[in-house]
Amino acid sequence: MFRNLFFAALVAALCAGLATSIFQAWRVTPLIFAAEAFEGDGNAHSHAQDTPEHSHDEAATTADSHDEDEWMPQDGLERTAYTVLANLLMAAGYALIIGAVSVLFNLPITFANGLLWGLGGFAAFSLAPALGLPPGLPGMPVAETLARQIWWAGAALSTGAAFVLVAKQRAAWALAAAIALVIIPQLVATPVVPDEASGVPAGLAAAFTAAVLYNGALFWVILGLAFGRMADYLASRPVTLANGAKA
Amino acid sequence: MNTTAVTSGLSSLSLSQRFIAGVLALMLGMTLLVGTGFAGDYRLHNGAHDTRHAMGFPCH
Repeated sequence: MFRNLFFAALVAALCAGLATSIFQAWRVTPLIFAAEAFEGDGNAHSHAQDTPEHSHDEAATTADSHDEDEWMPQDGLERTAYTVLANLLMAAGYALIIGAVSVLFNLPITFANGLLWGLGGFAAFSLAPALGLPPGLPGMPVAETLARQIWWAGAALSTGAAFVLVAKQRAAWALAAAIALVIIPQLVATPVVPDEASGVPAGLAAAFTAAVLYNGALFWVILGLAFGRMADYLASRPVTLANGAKA
Repeated sequence: MNTTAVTSGLSSLSLSQRFIAGVLALMLGMTLLVGTGFAGDYRLHNGAHDTRHAMGFPCH
């Protein structure tokens, strides 16, 4: 049975990870490259005309990721390959997490309810965090990374918990608690973004946010449906084939 | 387990089996998610950079 869970997660991750890789290459990564052109090569770009204070703030907020001697994949095939690999591993992570939620709370994922799982995952892991932390491009001013990660995880966890609660309990108290779980993280203040000018055009940033949300929806719907389809298939097989130890 | 339980798949597990499978899957899934979306290590960050931006994870 462990095998069923992991195999379904693996197949779902493969489908969703490859689908998002294709969509990213088509509509998302080109925007990242475009933004990096505005970001320039390294930190020094465009600070000459800014005030010294500005340069200092900028260096402080982005110092963690732009050291010249840091390893990073070469643009081109290597960078694409790393992105596809990261997409697949990330997809496997999400697939195992919804699989874990499924078995821990005894909420089977099937092809019939796979769309609901997908939309739930999208709402919890894409929409809810994005309301407080709009997906941004490289080169845009951002608050401290750890603080944003904590806010992101809190919003995702709380929103996801709301869906599990409603799936398990249809009582009025459960519905009220679920609404609270969805709203409360959004009432917590997000980390303050430093007030800095960005070289990234507003139109590019807006297009990117839309592309990321579309990408998230696509990824999650495919993950949920593929997981459900695979779980159905594995469950319909004779138990001796699916798991010899269980027979 | 008899054959009537076969078609119910994962839900046919006993409570303790479900708990173990669930916790294992959760730990492995969290490890993969943290590694690709959250880890501070610059190699992990730079390798997964475009994925982080594309999936809306907090990035630089």
